[in-house]
Amino acid sequence: MAVTGQILVLFIIIHMIGNSAIYSGGLNAYADRLHSLPLLVWIFRLVMLTMFSLHIVFGIGLYLENRKAKPDEYAIRKDMRATFASKNMVWTGLLTGVFLVYHLLHFTIQIIHPESAALSNSDASGLPDVSGMVVQSFQDAGVSAVYVFAVTALFLHLSHGIQSSFQSTGISSERTLPVIIKTGAITALVLFLGYVSIPVLIYIGLVKG
Amino acid sequence: MLLDGKCPSGPLSEKWERHRQNLKLVNPANKRKYTILVVGTGLAGASAAATLGELGYNVEAFCYQDSPRRGHSIAAQGGINAAKNYPNDGDSIFRLFYDTIKGGDFRAREANVYRLAMLSNNIIDQCVAQGVPFARDYAGYLDNRSFGGAQVSRTFYARGQTGQQLLLGAYAALMRQVKAGTVRLHPRSEMLDVVIIDGEAKGITVRDMVTGHVGSYAGDAVCLCTGGYANVFYLSTNAMGSNVTAAYRAYKKGAFFANPCYTQIHPTCIPVSGEHQSKLTLMSESLRNDGRVWVPKMNGDKRTPNEIPHAERDYFLERKYPGFGNLAPRDIASRSAKEVCDEGRGTGSSGFGVYLDFEDAIKRLGESVIRERYGNLFEMYDRITGEDAYKQPMRIYPAPHYTMGGLWVDYNLQSNVPGLFVLGEANFSDHGANRLGASALMQGLADGYFVIPYTIAGYLAQAVPGRVTAAHPAFIKSIEDVNSLTKKLLSINGKKTVNDFHRELGRIMWEHVGMARSEEGLKRALKLIPELRSEFWQNVKVPGSSENLNQELEKAGRVADFLEFGELMARDALNREESCGGHFRVEHQMPDGEAKRDDKNYCYVAAWEFKGLNYEPDMHKEPLTFENVALAVRSYK
Amino acid sequence: MNLTLFIWRQKGRDTKGSLEQYEAKDISTEMSFLEMLDEVNEQLIKNNQEPIAFDHDCREGICGMCSQVINGVPHGPQQRTTVCQLHMRHFKDGDSIYIEPWRARAFPVIKDLITDRSSMDSIIQAGGYISVHTGGVPDANAVLISKENADTAMDASECIGCGACVAACPNGSAMLFTAAKITHLASLPQGQIEAARRVCIMTEAMLQNGFGNCSNHYECQAACPKGIRVSFIAKLNREFMKAHLKDSV
Ligand SMILES: Cc1cc2nc3c(=O)[nH]c(=O)nc-3n(C[C@H](O)[C@H](O)[C@H](O)COP(=O)(O)OP(=O)(O)OC[C@H]3O[C@@H](n4cnc5c(N)ncnc54)[C@H](O)[C@@H]3O)c2cc1C
Ligand code: HEM
Ligand code: FES
Repeated sequence: MAVTGQILVLFIIIHMIGNSAIYSGGLNAYADRLHSLPLLVWIFRLVMLTMFSLHIVFGIGLYLENRKAKPDEYAIRKDMRATFASKNMVWTGLLTGVFLVYHLLHFTIQIIHPESAALSNSDASGLPDVSGMVVQSFQDAGVSAVYVFAVTALFLHLSHGIQSSFQSTGISSERTLPVIIKTGAITALVLFLGYVSIPVLIYIGLVKG
Repeated sequence: MLLDGKCPSGPLSEKWERHRQNLKLVNPANKRKYTILVVGTGLAGASAAATLGELGYNVEAFCYQDSPRRGHSIAAQGGINAAKNYPNDGDSIFRLFYDTIKGGDFRAREANVYRLAMLSNNIIDQCVAQGVPFARDYAGYLDNRSFGGAQVSRTFYARGQTGQQLLLGAYAALMRQVKAGTVRLHPRSEMLDVVIIDGEAKGITVRDMVTGHVGSYAGDAVCLCTGGYANVFYLSTNAMGSNVTAAYRAYKKGAFFANPCYTQIHPTCIPVSGEHQSKLTLMSESLRNDGRVWVPKMNGDKRTPNEIPHAERDYFLERKYPGFGNLAPRDIASRSAKEVCDEGRGTGSSGFGVYLDFEDAIKRLGESVIRERYGNLFEMYDRITGEDAYKQPMRIYPAPHYTMGGLWVDYNLQSNVPGLFVLGEANFSDHGANRLGASALMQGLADGYFVIPYTIAGYLAQAVPGRVTAAHPAFIKSIEDVNSLTKKLLSINGKKTVNDFHRELGRIMWEHVGMARSEEGLKRALKLIPELRSEFWQNVKVPGSSENLNQELEKAGRVADFLEFGELMARDALNREESCGGHFRVEHQMPDGEAKRDDKNYCYVAAWEFKGLNYEPDMHKEPLTFENVALAVRSYK
Repeated sequence: MNLTLFIWRQKGRDTKGSLEQYEAKDISTEMSFLEMLDEVNEQLIKNNQEPIAFDHDCREGICGMCSQVINGVPHGPQQRTTVCQLHMRHFKDGDSIYIEPWRARAFPVIKDLITDRSSMDSIIQAGGYISVHTGGVPDANAVLISKENADTAMDASECIGCGACVAACPNGSAMLFTAAKITHLASLPQGQIEAARRVCIMTEAMLQNGFGNCSNHYECQAACPKGIRVSFIAKLNREFMKAHLKDSV
């Protein structure tokens, strides 16, 4: 669970850095470079698919086991350290999962908004116009809202998940745990801002591709 | 009848070794055919059950808590003695032996106490091997401290939780045997009777405290490790469930009860705060190393302690015992505190408390040193009383704490009933009339790990394994007796609760059979207790049924026994016309108030035999002889 | 002061329970929480009602017997304090107090506030010990242990086995309890020989006995009356990974 989660987090960090190329106008070039290495891309996709599947299977399994272990709730319950995020990992995770399917259909298979698909539009230098696709999509309030919502779910998931994974893998200690908890939350926040900025800035018109 | 402790002959230091050589062994292949019933899983019971199981016997272990880890040994704070002499300060087996026997005011057997001192070292080795996290110094060696006024540092400790750590060690060993299948656990089970067949102990009757089912277990020997009876005083430092029931019902079946009047009152407990008080909390005696004990000089002084100038304070321990001052022995400190309170100079809302003041120590050493030494105790005090002892003196008061008396056993820890062995605080054996700090843990573990495994074989080797089964009529009768007692308790349906009676009994015991006993008071107790008892049987109200978990019923059974046992205690105290250790008879004191022992007439163990409730019990004497030590008079002036 | 209590009443294992309302009158601030319940029980008995069953024994915060969830928090509002050590001065006149038993699949209710916690013994049974025989051990000072390790072992071993961690855990996990024992033993040289085996069988036993998994809410540490820390859980996880890596090499 923790290891798959950490790998997913790594991916998400890299993915965000890649995406930020949109601000420098280099997104199309970046996407093109990626696609010039089909073998690598496929290996990568396979690994990610496995990690995701494992993560989901373990995650849901864990959730079900844990729910069974606590069949009755208290009439009154006061959380001392548990948070909304920590208690809703499976839901924020599932939302992220559902969103991922949407995201793949949208930007990878490109059947959600076929009119702006990069597969059928090229930019000035003849590369598939990924940037244009992204910008056009996010000018649609609905699409942007879906992304903002999903990234919020992911933020919640990671605000607990990152530090949790360090604890689960035994990396944290008495001294480091408080630091890890903070760093985890900050990382989640940075990721959140990194991801949410794209639809938000595009929608309000600050980024035009 | 004169009793024989069956101590082996020979030089003191060789007795145990020789005795072990002479004890019979049980063939390893036969061991599993013997069933041993171990009642109690405190230090004594858990260590015994684990060791016997490991040896290959078939062990059934019982306790009334939900887990064997919760025996009241868990509450011991201070530490455990051993004659390791690691600090090189002059300790030795003989010195530990001597201190213990002198501490007991020469009312224990030399041979037993010497064996205890000898085994003390093995205990520490054993516990360390089990992973008991004793305190260590920076070089990684075990640390020792001086405890309870000892002149040498021989006490091993694990923070303020030594008993807990030792018990967890014994519990772990026990659980290992449970997994190995040699021990079967019966938690939430209360022993209510011993079954005796042809004069030998062959089983017990037990109530399953969850289902209410009363059933019997047959065995080849029974080990009672059921702890002390300080709860006869209602308020004590014992656990709420601590009882005399197991020992007392064995007494009623013929086992002798020895020296029931020897009880220890601990001077540093948190005082009673009101009628609602259900138990008393001990605070480590180490507090007296830095705290000064005082009360106002004036009667009924209502000022707050900080308003009372030094000149108007009576530091009564320092005044009366300049040599020892605030470190005067437990019984002296306790008695002095009660005296000043009875004079009307006690402190706190109840008037039953004396100050233990750290003001001077804080001035001298600084608050941080005091915090480091006693921080956890101050915190505990604050938690219970809501008072900050850094700013105002603590209030303390004596409380019943330990009972030296118990079922009579010989050197083999066997009672006068063959097959019935008694270990730990439940027996009377090693502490004489008073127990030194940090020696009860030692005794419990010595009995369980290192004595019983040898001595029980001596008995079993001559017994046919599995001679009786629970189908024997004696078992059926025992179950019937228990059931009819239960039925009787439930049917009275009177007006007063079990607690009402227990509280009242406690008051009688504390007043008349407590720290300072007089002939008049004891006789009064002997009149009041039977009256209270007969009222109990007419007017107690025990709700609920016997067929499920019923805590009131459990309590009622225990209080019923205390109501009989209290009388035995008073009788023993009345018989003992001397003051020794924890037993102080006001008629027998030196001009300066010190205890006056009478070695000529009372150098014996008084072992009582039950003769029926309406008859006086018979007393049997076991004379005590001292070949290796001279009977010295204790003086703490 | 006067209080309104809502207390879980349940006749037996297989019956349904419910919260019942009681009035506690003239409660002194000096009382402990359990003494307050004693008082309520005395009144119930005198009124021919069945008293409330609850576990308790030492009443000094060390045996681990007492076990009540008070207003949603195991052992109640005062940190690092068992119910038996909690005093009424922490409540106000007119307060409503909800009192419930530990809740977890591994802790079935036996009656009222009493649960069956033998599942915790089963975890220890699986391997929570050093397999040493009685007798035949080396001198206590033959193996030196650094003060730091001895202190860590002691910190972990302070666990009183009350089960508040399980009661507080949204997953009904006994990870803190198990981790405390693992850490205690793995911090000592004597305990290291069996460390790999121990961590595997004890965690397995935890799941077998119906406890959930740890998902790091850290409620357990907050509820623990002895301040057992979640860093021990990290230690358990570390030991677990070590054991499995060793296994696969
Ligand atoms: C607060 C406190 C502090 C102490 N501090 C120290 C110290 O620092 N050093 C020291 O050496 N000593 C100390 N002592 C004394 C010491 O702890 C005890 O004397 C000793 O632990 C007793 O051990 P035990 O095994 O005989 O009995 P316990 O530990 O009391 O065990 C009794 C066992 O018997 C069982 N039992 C009882 N009755 C029944 C029944 N009817 N049916 C079934 N089971 C039953 C119980 O379940 C329990 O398992 C202290 C005592 C107290 C109370
Ligand atoms: C369908 C998608 C997902 C589902 C269903 C899901 C579900 C879960 C669940 C149930 C947990 C366990 C929570 C707990 O310990 O209580 C978890 C943990 C975690 N998840 Fe996810 N998740 C998903 C996607 C993701 C993604 C996309 C990432 C990273 C980018 C991620 C990172 C993590 C991390 C780091 C943990 C912590 C692991 C640990 O502490 O052991 N998850 N997830
Ligand atoms: S009753 Fe022992 S810890 Fe509370």
